[in-house]
Amino acid sequence: MTTRIDARFAATASEGRAALVTFVTAGDPDHATSLAILKALPSAGADVIELGVPFTDPMADGPAIQQAGLRALAGGESLVKTLDLVRAFRADDDATPIVLMGYYNPIYVYDVEAFLADAKAAGVDGLIVVDLPPEEDEELCLPALKAGLAFVRLATPTTNDLRLPAVLQNTSGFVYYVSIAGVTGTATPDFDVVTGAVQRIKRHTALPVAVGFGVKTPEHAAAIAKGADGVVVGSALVDAVRGSLDAEGHATAKTVSAVTDLVAALAAGVRSARVAA
Amino acid sequence: MKASSVTEHALPNSFRTGPDERGRFGIYGGRFVAETLMPLILELEKEYEAAKKDPAFHAEMASYRTHYIGRPSPLYFAERLTEHLGGAKVYLKREELNHTGSHKVNNVLGQILLARRMGKKRVIAETGAGQHGVATATLCARFGLECVVFMGAVDVARQAPNVFRMKMLGATVVPVQSGARTLKDAMNEALRDWVTNVADTFYCIGTVAGPHPYPGMVRDFQSVIGDETKAQMQELEGRLPDSLIACVGGGSNAIGLFHPFLDDADVAIYGVEAAGHGLTQLNAASIAGGRPGVLHGNRTYLLMDKDGQIEEGHSISAGLDYPGIGPEHAWLNDIGRVKYLSATDDEAVSAFQLLSKLEGIIPALESAHAIAKVVELAPGLPKDHLMVVNLSGRGDKDVPQVAELLGTSL
Repeated sequence: MTTRIDARFAATASEGRAALVTFVTAGDPDHATSLAILKALPSAGADVIELGVPFTDPMADGPAIQQAGLRALAGGESLVKTLDLVRAFRADDDATPIVLMGYYNPIYVYDVEAFLADAKAAGVDGLIVVDLPPEEDEELCLPALKAGLAFVRLATPTTNDLRLPAVLQNTSGFVYYVSIAGVTGTATPDFDVVTGAVQRIKRHTALPVAVGFGVKTPEHAAAIAKGADGVVVGSALVDAVRGSLDAEGHATAKTVSAVTDLVAALAAGVRSARVAA
Repeated sequence: MKASSVTEHALPNSFRTGPDERGRFGIYGGRFVAETLMPLILELEKEYEAAKKDPAFHAEMASYRTHYIGRPSPLYFAERLTEHLGGAKVYLKREELNHTGSHKVNNVLGQILLARRMGKKRVIAETGAGQHGVATATLCARFGLECVVFMGAVDVARQAPNVFRMKMLGATVVPVQSGARTLKDAMNEALRDWVTNVADTFYCIGTVAGPHPYPGMVRDFQSVIGDETKAQMQELEGRLPDSLIACVGGGSNAIGLFHPFLDDADVAIYGVEAAGHGLTQLNAASIAGGRPGVLHGNRTYLLMDKDGQIEEGHSISAGLDYPGIGPEHAWLNDIGRVKYLSATDDEAVSAFQLLSKLEGIIPALESAHAIAKVVELAPGLPKDHLMVVNLSGRGDKDVPQVAELLGTSL
């Protein structure tokens, strides 16, 4: 059976371009606005949606995504409600892949088997769990694969050739290359180095390789899209959410369009990349 | 709890063999870190295993313990406290007499010597009350290493003397503004720094928590406390103690005292968590009030809500104010080898005053939690019962806070 993730990357590849992978935090700035943002993402140009599950202690995230998580938690968002968002999104869209991204504790506390069943039923396609390296595959990765969910692994600048096969072994859907040693949304990567790293990973796997961490502008997206199968943008989008809020931190009439305008510009950047080259 | 993918608890032949090769104590521990850090912690594990087998490493550590820290620390018979309680014979293991004023330096010395072996030039640490930060800044000054200490902005404000000490020792103190701005956020920020500066940085964790190999490694460096106690008690009384008692935040002073005695079945062992305002109110008692979860690289008991969001610990003692506990303690609790009790803020403050008046020793508020349970347990025990309490730190740092509580303005 072809999964939504496989189908989408095959489609963008056949169009001769990279996929635009957009990250937003579930429940940011509130549950209803978050659903409106989700529903607007595909038509704005998002090919794959990464939906961040808020967590009190996001150790791999920079200030932008930390704050998005706190906004969501303050509004009462939870893993249960995050699955509600996915279910509501799936009512209108059965094609755009959704990958949940977050940390292990909320899933562990939910109960792994129950979570996998509920996530699958809600229409989740894959998981990215930052604090589960291959050494902990028995925890969630192997059960997720068994349950029919992709487990997308992060490869990083510190993942050397010796370690890469272990990282790729149980990875499915796509490989997420972290372009910098650091947290999300801080430094800007060196694009030549990233291109080299993507090529190195592609020698070891047939899976698509998407690149994220530090991709902020349409120009960055275009530079990455030249050599990668996907470009992930996150912090810039949650910053757009933040910038649209009123003085009390509530959503405004501009919140959804602040995100979709940026997504449209990023999508144009991604689409221009290989034409320009 | 689903346990299909994890090791079930089983009583081992020895309680002292953990962690296993995956860094587990039963289901607890592990390596729950971002991929960027995995190569680093694997390298650290390899280097530590090599150092453990190297007599030169042990000789160097022994020399600094003697001449720089001032070990062995005395095992002191608390005669007036014993008379006052009218039961067990109470001994204090005097870790507060160490250089820098607490047990923290035992661990930092080991890690800094390891950082030097690994050629690392920059050391980072998290700190709550500032005791671990001060110990790290001290050793970094001694060996000429760059030192950056992450401290929650709230703690920076309430522990000003320790912040100044760290700066005087040449360290950079970074006030952490994220999250709740206390110890757990300082640890998050230290992990973020480590992930960003992977090439030259050594992360000196202050307690028996974090990803493998830290919990076992920090325990090994702290086990000097229990090893000395065993020998000293043999010399003083010609036998093993009957019970041990120590406060537990992350749990490094406690495991340091306990570990050498875990296989001595006749030694009763008590850990004391911080019950804050009481177990049904704000507290920092992860075992009494929490359940298993995953945070900061390991699985252990955590204070959290029903959705797995981490809650803030609360204790009068900033050193116990952490929503988790070391994974080996979680395991020792589940298998029943160690009994975990708790003491409230009020009980700790009473014990703080009692020890000051009876023995002329002002304990750290952390250690006062252990003293509080001595006060509770000792009277009911026979006079030939030998009880050892770990006096893990001295209380000078807490004097302003206790003065304020007692209505005295300094």
